[in-house]
Amino acid sequence: MPFKGYVEISIESCKGCNLCVIHCPTDCLALNTSDTNSYGLHYAYLTDEDKCIACQNCSVICPDAAITVYKKVE
Amino acid sequence: MKEGYELIYKRPKALVDVRMHYCPGCFHSTIHKLLMEVVEELDIQDKTIGVCPVGCSVFAYDYLDIDMQEAAHGRAAAVATGIKRMLPDRIVFSYQGDGDLAAIGLAETIHACNRGENFTFIFINNGIYGMTGGQMAPTTLEGQETTTSPYGRAPDKDGMPLKMAEIVSQFEMVAYVERVSCDTPANTRKAKRAIRKAFEFQMKGLGTTFIEVASNCPSGWKCTPEESLNWLKEHMFPYYPLGVLKEPSKKKKGNAARRTKTE
Repeated sequence: MPFKGYVEISIESCKGCNLCVIHCPTDCLALNTSDTNSYGLHYAYLTDEDKCIACQNCSVICPDAAITVYKKVE
Repeated sequence: MKEGYELIYKRPKALVDVRMHYCPGCFHSTIHKLLMEVVEELDIQDKTIGVCPVGCSVFAYDYLDIDMQEAAHGRAAAVATGIKRMLPDRIVFSYQGDGDLAAIGLAETIHACNRGENFTFIFINNGIYGMTGGQMAPTTLEGQETTTSPYGRAPDKDGMPLKMAEIVSQFEMVAYVERVSCDTPANTRKAKRAIRKAFEFQMKGLGTTFIEVASNCPSGWKCTPEESLNWLKEHMFPYYPLGVLKEPSKKKKGNAARRTKTE
């Protein structure tokens, strides 16, 4: 039974490098191509919270340390 | 935080909460994050001293919440030597790029390693001079197109790329050499472990520790961050293989013991 969790991505810290999106094993992250932050950059966001397994891959690879990960207490 | 959930990962406190100036997808910021995670884990924030180079990471002192010293171009190893000799109880590291460590500062690097100075090198190798616009560096790969080698690096004219980790692992007094990367989450975790090991060996006084990071430069290589990871895997890793090149054996005595013996 995989873990459940969710991530919070700081919109202003995100530079839209897409590294978290390509390394997410369950494809629950995406780059928001219709909106930008105050620096004019697209940012990543969590598309489906049910899919997140709190693996921390996105937070480990994130160059700007913009991702915080929470895990459901069993 | 939602109810029923626990926090398992957040930005390290030692990393100042400001926006870093690095390009999207640059490994400089990843390594900054890993360094500060290690500093927090080992609880050495008040006794770590970093030495900044000249290059993209010249403003690292704005982001790392530890004592930092700026060095002249290439001279980070010499400055770190002075700091470590005056304050031997501190954990000292020099943070240098390839233009800094392998080109202008090669003499300082070689001699600091030859003397076995007890500090840690963090060497970011992205194959070009990233800050000034992507010129050819000593570590530029054979055939790689840069702004100063538009037809590709030619070995008969420009020589072959320097393998710094292999070079410094030849020195007797160097304790620990590892080449890491941050292209996947697994490799990033290995990089963090390598930095932690290097700091622990430094605290034991075993000698020089050297971490080379096979890094990317999306702006300098003129590609997206995702393409830069593929380029890294296809071209950098065959020439700069990842892994431990030198590790202190358990039987061998450290430099501290060796020095007192001769005195």
